Amino acid sequence: MKDRKSYLNLTIKRFCEKKSALVALFFIVALIFLSFSYPLFSKTSPDEINVDRILMPPSLDHWFGTDALGRDVFARVLYGGRISLLVGFVSEGIAIMIGIIIGSISGYFGGRVDNIIMRFTDIMLCFPVFFLILSVIAFVEPSIWNIMIIIGLTGWMSVARLVRGEFLSLREREFVLYERAVGNSNLKIMFKHILPNALNPVIVSAAFGIAGAILTETALSFIGLGVQPPTPSWGNILTQGKDILEIAWWISLFPGLFILFSVLCYNLIGEGLKDALNPRQY
Amino acid sequence: MGRYLLKRIWGMVISFFGITIISFFIINLAPGSPTDLQTDLNPRITPEIIEKLRKHYDLDKPVHVRYIKWLKNLSTLDFGTSLSPDGRKVIDKIKERLPVTVLINLLAMIIIIIVSIPLGLYISINKGKWKERVITVLSFLFYSIPSFWLAILLILLFGIYFHILPISGLKSINYASMNSFEKILDLARHLVTPLIVATLGGIASFSRYVASNFDEALKQDYVTLARIKGVPEGVVIRKHALRNALIPVITILGLSVPGLIGGSVIFETIFAIPGMGQLFFQSVMGRDYPVIMGILVLSSVLTLLGNLLADIGYGLADPRIRYR
Repeated sequence: MKDRKSYLNLTIKRFCEKKSALVALFFIVALIFLSFSYPLFSKTSPDEINVDRILMPPSLDHWFGTDALGRDVFARVLYGGRISLLVGFVSEGIAIMIGIIIGSISGYFGGRVDNIIMRFTDIMLCFPVFFLILSVIAFVEPSIWNIMIIIGLTGWMSVARLVRGEFLSLREREFVLYERAVGNSNLKIMFKHILPNALNPVIVSAAFGIAGAILTETALSFIGLGVQPPTPSWGNILTQGKDILEIAWWISLFPGLFILFSVLCYNLIGEGLKDALNPRQY
Repeated sequence: MGRYLLKRIWGMVISFFGITIISFFIINLAPGSPTDLQTDLNPRITPEIIEKLRKHYDLDKPVHVRYIKWLKNLSTLDFGTSLSPDGRKVIDKIKERLPVTVLINLLAMIIIIIVSIPLGLYISINKGKWKERVITVLSFLFYSIPSFWLAILLILLFGIYFHILPISGLKSINYASMNSFEKILDLARHLVTPLIVATLGGIASFSRYVASNFDEALKQDYVTLARIKGVPEGVVIRKHALRNALIPVITILGLSVPGLIGGSVIFETIFAIPGMGQLFFQSVMGRDYPVIMGILVLSSVLTLLGNLLADIGYGLADPRIRYR
């Protein structure tokens, strides 16, 4: 137990050495905090329509201006942040769960099972993911949950491959032989003993995956198949603003910056994790 | 090599069947029916007419029967007939769209390679200096930018404020009256903005990949040996390190094919480019099942081919790899 703690400490220490990753983590935490605590300190509702203040440029009252229905863009962007972050976390969570299950079965049992599963994974990798998502989403109702599930269902392949690779090498190690010799079940060996040792690359890819999922939702919103208005998401606020860009640049500028910035932060965190979790570099 | 190729092709055949199964069942098991668009909200439609339509499109038969029929037709490159009002053959519709998408993606890939290899080298050589930091920050920015947002900003910048580039389509109105040189120039001018959008993210991630590979290669013993022997640094970089650093890059190129094709939906829609991505989007919105399935199959076959080429290239570039 002591060893594990010191390993964790070491990893945290290494992560903190990378300033860009630390700053990015700080911003993401601040963003999450801000978007969830916003109702506590402001009475402006993101859905409140006010025809007296349509398309007002940014001012002290409305930091990010107002949209075509007189709604406060700042409030909408913060609420949209909740949705976009939720989409990122949940869909990547689904992808990772599927990837871990499929990858560990494939790597642990090897042989024919591995062949069949990896063939399936490779086939899934042949499809342009965005095509797959589009062809499903057009036929189901584009609710937030459907979008998260579909992004998750089409994003597990790389995780599965990573986990499988780790399992293939870990299952030959002595501790696995020991667990087998004392009669532990395959399930227990796989998920209790091998999996914790195989998680490093998964954690790194999760950070990048969240970034990717946010971008995917944004792209879906752009073509009208993402989170549906009036529920605000960064993608659909931006899309609403794109047609009136020349008269009301603020509507699409701010959500665009938020997307860019949060995706950037997730990528930086991923990069930091990659260095922190890969001690070979030291 | 011959045996390896046979084995690879056999693997591709199996993958192809997998691709057809997934493409077919995703579409056909999804809720809704292709006739919905014609029947919903139309007051003159009676249950009998719906039944007739379903029969017309074979929808009354079980899924696996339809799959086998569809597969049989596929073997003669017959993807069926489009359900959209024009009622054209799917293969004809895809045929006129495919070259545009392939051309743009090939150009994009070439640009990505040409720019990111020297850039990656530059990043690696200047590691730790401010130049590297600036490039790294920029590449992270470009990698994180939503592509359509970038597209809109570029349209505003080039098309509306500066009026230097056309903002949509592939050809000007007077395209037919141009001579061939002007035609190429016209096409190129239309392609500049879409290509920037299509390549920036790729360049950002790819150059970082090249840089880290190059870092790794410089640490190898053969590089140290070459330096000790007194080989000039330029030659060490070009001949010893770079060559080895570029080998894994080939695989990544092969793997990036589906991402590029998938991205074409977005920029073809924004720039009104009549390519496969746009056709796919239109078909999805119009529930044009045969076209959706056809494009899913064709685009993944493109990926299969890309991967095969990458594998062969890998073997050619690295003699240590034996084809088994």
